[in-house]
Amino acid sequence: MAFQPVKFYQTGTFTVGNRLLDEQQRSVQAQEERSNSLNSGHRACQGCGEALGARYAIDAAMHATGNQLIAANATGCLEVFSTPYPESSWQIPWIHSLFGNAAAVASGIAAALRVKGRGEVRVIAQGGDGGTTDIGFGCLSGMFERNDDVLYICYDNEAYMNTGVQRSSATPPAARTATTMAVGAQPGNVFGQGKNVPAIAMAHDIPYVATATVAELHDLEYKVKKAMGFHGARYIHVFVPCPLGWGAASQDTIKLARLAKETGLFPVFEAEHGEVTSVSKIRRPIPVEEYLRPQKRFAHLFGQEPAAEVIARLQTIADRNIKKFGLLDAAA
Amino acid sequence: MLKQIEGSHGVAEAVALARPEVICAYPISPQTHIVEALGEMVKTGALSPCEFINVESEFAAMSVAIGASAAGARTYTATASQGLLFMVEAVYNAAGLGLPIVMTVANRAIGAPINIWNDHTDAMSQRDCGWIQLFAETNQEALDLHIQAFRLAEELSLPVMVCMDGFILTHAYERMDVPEQALVDAYLPPYEPRQVLDPREPVSIGAMVGPEAFTEVRYLAHAKQMSAIERIPQLAQEFRAVFGRDSGGLVRGYRLEDAETVVVALGSVLGTIKDTVDELRDRGVKIGVLGITSFRPFPLAAVRAALAGAKRFVVLEKSLAVGIGGIVATNVRLALDGLALKGYTIVAGLGGRAITRASLHRVFGEAIADRLEAVHFLDLQRERVARVLEREEAVRRSGPIAEGILKDLGTVASRIG
Amino acid sequence: MDKPFAITLDPNSSLANRTGSWRTKRPVYLDRLPPCNHACPAGENIQGWLYHAESGEYEAAWRVLTRDNPLPAVMGRVCYHPCEGACNRGKLDQAVGINAVERFLGDEAIRRGWLFERPSQASGKRVLVVGAGPSGLSAAYHLARRGHEVSIFEAGPFAGGMMRFGIPKYRLPRDVLDAEVQRILDLGVELRLNCKVSNILETMGEGGFDAAFLAVGAHIAKRAFIPAGDSARILDAVAVLRSMEGEDQPMLGRRVVVYGGGNTAIDVARTAKRLGATEAIIVYRRTRDKMPAHDFEVEEALQEGVMVKWLSTIKQASNGGTLTIEKMALDQHGQPVPTGEFETLEADSLVLALGQDVDLSLLDGVPGLVIEKGVVKVNAQMMTGYAGIFAGGDMVPSERTVTVAVGHGKKAANNIDAWLRGETYEAPPKHELATYEQLNPWYYADAPKMVRPMLDLIRRQSSFDEVQGGLDESTALFEARRCLSCGNCFECDNCYGVCPDNAVIKLGPGRRFRFNLDYCKGCGICVAECPCGAISMIAETT
Repeated sequence: MAFQPVKFYQTGTFTVGNRLLDEQQRSVQAQEERSNSLNSGHRACQGCGEALGARYAIDAAMHATGNQLIAANATGCLEVFSTPYPESSWQIPWIHSLFGNAAAVASGIAAALRVKGRGEVRVIAQGGDGGTTDIGFGCLSGMFERNDDVLYICYDNEAYMNTGVQRSSATPPAARTATTMAVGAQPGNVFGQGKNVPAIAMAHDIPYVATATVAELHDLEYKVKKAMGFHGARYIHVFVPCPLGWGAASQDTIKLARLAKETGLFPVFEAEHGEVTSVSKIRRPIPVEEYLRPQKRFAHLFGQEPAAEVIARLQTIADRNIKKFGLLDAAA
Repeated sequence: MLKQIEGSHGVAEAVALARPEVICAYPISPQTHIVEALGEMVKTGALSPCEFINVESEFAAMSVAIGASAAGARTYTATASQGLLFMVEAVYNAAGLGLPIVMTVANRAIGAPINIWNDHTDAMSQRDCGWIQLFAETNQEALDLHIQAFRLAEELSLPVMVCMDGFILTHAYERMDVPEQALVDAYLPPYEPRQVLDPREPVSIGAMVGPEAFTEVRYLAHAKQMSAIERIPQLAQEFRAVFGRDSGGLVRGYRLEDAETVVVALGSVLGTIKDTVDELRDRGVKIGVLGITSFRPFPLAAVRAALAGAKRFVVLEKSLAVGIGGIVATNVRLALDGLALKGYTIVAGLGGRAITRASLHRVFGEAIADRLEAVHFLDLQRERVARVLEREEAVRRSGPIAEGILKDLGTVASRIG
Repeated sequence: MDKPFAITLDPNSSLANRTGSWRTKRPVYLDRLPPCNHACPAGENIQGWLYHAESGEYEAAWRVLTRDNPLPAVMGRVCYHPCEGACNRGKLDQAVGINAVERFLGDEAIRRGWLFERPSQASGKRVLVVGAGPSGLSAAYHLARRGHEVSIFEAGPFAGGMMRFGIPKYRLPRDVLDAEVQRILDLGVELRLNCKVSNILETMGEGGFDAAFLAVGAHIAKRAFIPAGDSARILDAVAVLRSMEGEDQPMLGRRVVVYGGGNTAIDVARTAKRLGATEAIIVYRRTRDKMPAHDFEVEEALQEGVMVKWLSTIKQASNGGTLTIEKMALDQHGQPVPTGEFETLEADSLVLALGQDVDLSLLDGVPGLVIEKGVVKVNAQMMTGYAGIFAGGDMVPSERTVTVAVGHGKKAANNIDAWLRGETYEAPPKHELATYEQLNPWYYADAPKMVRPMLDLIRRQSSFDEVQGGLDESTALFEARRCLSCGNCFECDNCYGVCPDNAVIKLGPGRRFRFNLDYCKGCGICVAECPCGAISMIAETT
């Protein structure tokens, strides 16, 4: 069953906390004693969605496991900003090995824990979209296929941000990156086939796959907790806006994540054993333009002559998601 | 217990006796028989508790090993050739993180052209990666070195690569003394990690280190490996005390007394060399042999001591540093700095080319007569090479070299064409 | 653990890195003035009492409410709730039903017998309040709570003033009014009924009062000159409504015409209907959108069968009850102009509802007073030109509603209290207004406004039972929770949760939050994601 939002009590479960709700219905993030697994002093940019998403996810996992957690981290922003010598922001046992092997390292940790009879300790692998959908894809698929007892969390900010905003296989069409510049006859990233890693994860028939965004904390925490209830390979794909890479205002991180979901460009759903079990409905339907416009990476679509055709193609992608996942209520 | 078994199987038994907790396996010839045997032992329960993980690549194999080792498990894997290169990034990483993984490298050539047979190019490519590299001369030594390797790795928190010649050792059936479990247990204590991923005492492993400390980190890696120069002979001695035989150590001399010429080599070819030397000694030639077991760390002092009294040295190596010649030879020369020895490099056995006593007699003779060229390619078919060079000179689109050679031999292409 | 140098780090060691130094702007928590509070003529802290009501802490809510207004059960019925007109939720879906929740709290207080806390100390000062209407009662309440000895001199036979004599029972049941008046008297306020003050200075002198608050209501009906036959039955609205409080109900007949367009006209027409008139017709010279009466009251009157002749003036009332009506037209300024077209209307009685004046005779001979357009001039402290005499409600230039009157009472009490101590009252500075644009409405749950039950139409036409019902506990709670808490932290934990740098410190229930400026990078997400606009970014000065 999907996350059941509490619809009223002033703000229901839309806000992080809510004094009117039972303690159990408030988020982990609302707790004074939350673990702050990724603590202050990290060097993420102002308004970093990945820093936020990582703390949300790992704190939720810590809460779900009673702090019995080990994480393996792919190279990338999250790794670099959290552990530059001599300071680490992590409060959990954590290892960084390489860019493309987080899933495999986590598999190794899980194997070690199993053989040592420490099954209570759970393992998370995490990385950005580059480390997940591109360079780490082989290891990820291997981990899935073996059904290793690992929860892999991808923090998707849709490009290689750490190296200076280059295109990844998660970069959306038309987006400007340092390797898909907004020049020429078809500025920005190409309209490729896309690489839907959550769907690929589902194709492995692993116990649990979910997508989430930093804009819906309760849903995200629910999914992490649910994932921790399974053994075997699990995958959560979290949408985390990057103010720097997207050319967005630092305060708009959550707003953009919300718009990505509300436009249908980023479908939020969960699946068990290869079957979609629930989707997070769009609450306030909006056209993709509202999501694209605040981002400089799409600025070339809104010049003196707006690229109506390109925007329409992006809208088609959103519409297809809406149809495919049934993101709109019949009433809406 | 004495057994007549395949080298790979002997090594698998040795690894099992070391009680590994996680084994990662990816198939590549010629190491495959080792992990196959281990996989079977895990499946039957003969080796327990142990996780045997079939991974999707060598890169994953080493990565899983990194995770397992960092989480405190005694970890083993094996590879060869292309597989070693495919995991290189993780190989360096394991060393950098100081994880005591033991890995067998069943030495094999590197393509292109693809070639499954033995030489040392694969291991030599990783000589600077921070792993300890031990080369086995015989199957028995390969077996013994694996037991020593776990102890050495875990004492120093460094990964150890045990190199054994592909096919020549891995696939050879010989009599091997497989020790009792109790003896191995007596020699190899349970793994006590220097650092471990554990919620009871969280640490962040694998920080990004900038210019302010990177040099120090690298120096410490070097210093740690250099400390193995003392530890390796001690562990060999202790091994002898427990198991009653000589295995391992830094170098091993053979008939070095009053030798004017010393042949230096690694691995199984030492057997052929020793036979040849015996024959030369029988003829009164003052020649001896120095086998190097520990290529990394490189035992500069031991090599220098062994060669100091000679007039010349001949390094016979199964690897080629393209553009300069020998790899082992370069290291040996470093050990002899300031000594007036003549030195010869013989590149031999590449891609499985047989090294025969006859050929050795010929080149050793030339060396003793100081007629050998500085870098000599054993049994090189000069006419063929000359024809290729000639053709390349004349024709822009001369085609792949290998194909050209085969054409010249009239074997494949001519029949197809 | 003997950790490998540099590669392995201690957990949490990044706390040494004070990322606050990156900041060019910093967030600050602030409190903004909620539009409901801003719009309330009685100066209620509406958002403040809704906060407690949201938690189901109704007594706490009532106590916050009655800090400003002692008549919530009355107010929850008769206030025209400008708060709801200003409510930001109106831009989201529908305004919060503040008035309904207020009535619920008022009724709950009556039901449960909640009483005001008596003052701990007596000031020794005596204050005279003239008039027991809403402003007089309000002033008496606030003065009594500050420890002053208060006497109310009321000319009429009952307390309540216009609440009793101007508002029909079907809008304000008298037991509700009586209960709230009694609760004020229970504070020790003396009430003298049938006690008309004819000379204020004399009365003050006789009673030894240190100050006086004049709160006489506008009970004198304005007249219009209408040529009329001797037997034409012409009444004034105030008298009609007043007589409803006595034993003899007014005789209006079967066809009643009411002349005027204010709320009083509506009240009279609806009263006539309940008294059995088959036809109750309002004659009004302009159009519905120009009518001063509140539209919902017009609507209710129409539902009950009251008829309105728009764009009409009464020119003559002849014997036998025939009224001559002239049709009007609106000019370009919206002013009605005669058309010269006439028609007639049969009426058993004509009630004039053309406004009221205040009887100011008690002020005769008081030096320094300025009276203009039938009301007394007061300064910013609500003091008249005579030191120690204050005035409010219908007596001063202002809108004449119960809510405004209650606000006057409170304001005057604050000033009288200060004056008695030889000081000048200074109202605390007001926060900037919380606008809709400062909110992040995403976070508020979709919640339709709770509808108050209405009495069925047959009974509305035949009885004086209360027309509009109240919310029950569950619907009142729901309605309270529709509050957006504009401009003031309601501890939703959003800032605490959304900070990527954990730079918000949660201080615990009721204690809100604090920024940890050692780590705050100034990204502004907390500001953008604060639902209620209680955080602002300011430039760093250094």
